[in-house]
Amino acid sequence: MLSKVAERIYWTGRYIERAESTARLLSIYDKLLFDMPRQVNLGWYNLITINNLEESFAERYSVQDERNVVKFLLGDDTNPSSVISSLMAIRENVRTTRDVVPAEAWELINETTQYVQENLQQGVNRSNRHDFLDNLITCCLQIVGLMSVSMPRDEGWEMLQLGQYLERADMTTRNIDAGVAAIIQVEDDDFAVNSRQIIWGNVLRSLNADQPFRRAMRSSIKGEAVVQYLMTDPHFPRSAGFCLSEMILAAEALPRSDKVIKEIRKLHRAVMACGEHGGHGQEFRDELNELQISIRNLHFLIGRTWFLTDQ
Amino acid sequence: MSIDWKEYELPEGFYDELISSPGNARQPARQLANYLASLTEEEIQSRKLAADSTIKDMGVSFTVYMDGSNIDRAWPFDIIPRVISSNQWEKTAAGLKQRLKALNMFIDDLYHDQKILKDGIIPEFVLKQSSNYRKECEGVSPPFGVWANICGTDLVRDKDGQFYVLEDNLRVPSGVSYMLENRSIMKRVLPEVFEKVHIAPVGDYPENLFSMLASLSPRKGERPVIAVLTPGIYNSAYFEHAFLAQRMGAELVEGSDLVVDKDDCVYMKTIAGLERVDVIYRRIDDLFLDPEVFHKDSVLGVPGLMRAWRAGNVSLANAPGAGVADDKVIYAYVPQIIKYYLGEEPLIPNVETFLCYEDKQREYVLANLDKLVVKPANESGGYGMLVGPHSTKKERETFAELIKANPRNYIAQPTLALSTAPTLVGRSKAEPRHLDLRPFILQGKDTYVTTGGLTRVAMKKGSLVVNSSQGGGSKDTWIVDTSAGKS
Repeated sequence: MLSKVAERIYWTGRYIERAESTARLLSIYDKLLFDMPRQVNLGWYNLITINNLEESFAERYSVQDERNVVKFLLGDDTNPSSVISSLMAIRENVRTTRDVVPAEAWELINETTQYVQENLQQGVNRSNRHDFLDNLITCCLQIVGLMSVSMPRDEGWEMLQLGQYLERADMTTRNIDAGVAAIIQVEDDDFAVNSRQIIWGNVLRSLNADQPFRRAMRSSIKGEAVVQYLMTDPHFPRSAGFCLSEMILAAEALPRSDKVIKEIRKLHRAVMACGEHGGHGQEFRDELNELQISIRNLHFLIGRTWFLTDQ
Repeated sequence: MSIDWKEYELPEGFYDELISSPGNARQPARQLANYLASLTEEEIQSRKLAADSTIKDMGVSFTVYMDGSNIDRAWPFDIIPRVISSNQWEKTAAGLKQRLKALNMFIDDLYHDQKILKDGIIPEFVLKQSSNYRKECEGVSPPFGVWANICGTDLVRDKDGQFYVLEDNLRVPSGVSYMLENRSIMKRVLPEVFEKVHIAPVGDYPENLFSMLASLSPRKGERPVIAVLTPGIYNSAYFEHAFLAQRMGAELVEGSDLVVDKDDCVYMKTIAGLERVDVIYRRIDDLFLDPEVFHKDSVLGVPGLMRAWRAGNVSLANAPGAGVADDKVIYAYVPQIIKYYLGEEPLIPNVETFLCYEDKQREYVLANLDKLVVKPANESGGYGMLVGPHSTKKERETFAELIKANPRNYIAQPTLALSTAPTLVGRSKAEPRHLDLRPFILQGKDTYVTTGGLTRVAMKKGSLVVNSSQGGGSKDTWIVDTSAGKS
């Protein structure tokens, strides 16, 4: 398979995952804010911080309010991580790999892009935001579902998997990081236990993990249990550990994958050990940050190995 | 109201492709004309809608790059086909093969001994001042001595009903995908006529293109790796590049997908490493092919590609430098070129052409600018032309100055009476619109001509401009065998 084609499919996987998880994050965030006691000073801008988008946000907006944050993450085409940019990128990537991606997926992607462009305002205004984001998430799931039932399990498929799971592992660590960042802001007062529960419950929901968590962990919602579950659970499809295991399987089916597999294994070990020493303070945040850097490096290694980016 | 051929306003002084006199269709088009006349207005309208939605579904489009973003546009399509008898087509096809053969011998001669110049058939300065002559290609011998492997020749029919060659496109001619798509649309729109009439199929083009390209492979005995080199998604013909690659099972690549290694071979970057490429059907212009040799800042091409080609390690179709015969001054000499290399009379005539560097001819051109079409020698796509009868005095004065300043760069031709064919206007009215025909000719080991070609129509009443970039549309082209009717 041509490296360029492989690269485009890989990015399609990444962007589909990014669009969906950003939409999910936005859709539950207002609920979190409603539930928080007034003493806790948690704002929309937090979403910018956890995605490391402070700089590009500052270039566009001076006021860090809900409207601007939602606009920036949803419909700002100058933000490469926004939902609309992700969808445009998927469209361009699929347009140039139409012989590999099922034709219906191409049509669906077209429709979704159009839907978002035409209804963007609904997502920005609070009253219709929920419906809009719901539809958007459904569209993303449809695209993924369509690909998974109709794509041959060849190199193209493995590339899609690599992209999707890498993005997902990254997103999971960011979501955990967001939780930890919020926890740190909670002051040790009468509301603290309640606030922590709301925050961690919210992290679980943002990854669609609340139900599976309860079944698997049989625990109340406490920081350690949540982190352990989201980092290491071998069965939950959004746990960082699960994502990396899937990446190993995908890489094993591709040529010249030795180095990449070695790196993923290393990363997998680090994920399984992350937070082992207890405590969810700044130290743990630094650990998560290290993980994100490793994921980034893994991405570059994938590029050098299969997309021949350095030749 | 349905179509009534008696009401069809036959244009005076033009040849109509389908209708010979009021109410009478030409023989190969008779069944089609009868069938169309039998349809009600509603039926015609629903066929038209069916065609439009088919075009949308199939994603047939050409891309217009505008305001920093690209827009896919559906190309206007007319559901009334243009019909040519198989008898006439066979003769035309033979003429096209003859022409391309001679042109390839001519190009090969120019890059080797230049006998035709030494024998004084063509003046040397014509070549010296040709902007498409590439010194870098001198002495190279591409497979079978063929430089232009894919040629799109524009034919027009004058009022006498005779086909004339208007121009040869030997660089990167486009449009063949529309020819193929038009046919699949028509099969869905008028299936009843296909049952009754013997319409020659056109679908074998990708197969023939593939065989021709494969025959150029420098690694004999191995399955050749063929790539279509596109400038990318913003190119107006990107749809066609992807279409042809897909139909041939070839790789669609951009310059950045290819590298030339120290062994002077071309490789494409795959996830399994570098894989050697044997034949490149390039859809980018000469000057962007290789930044080591041509435009230094070209990002479309591949550094070292010319080195690999000169070493014979990769075949390029068309070969670099083939465009030298695209020059409209060279065009004027094609009848002599055919005689010189093949010793034959040309089977398809040229349009009468005046060379502005010849004093007498220039005087005539300058005195008759209002009646002539003036063209620059090395432009394509209908740009930079003066159409005399439709020009202003000021435009004519500008062109007179241009011609005097650089006579070698201009030719002039009489305004042609481009033939017409019935074209659907409004809900169910057929009106004459002007058209031309672009068949595609392949030459490698063998020579092949498409069955018919791409018919381009000027959709505006009275307009003679058929280019897609300037409001043209297209029709399906039927080569109909009248001797063996289907029963």
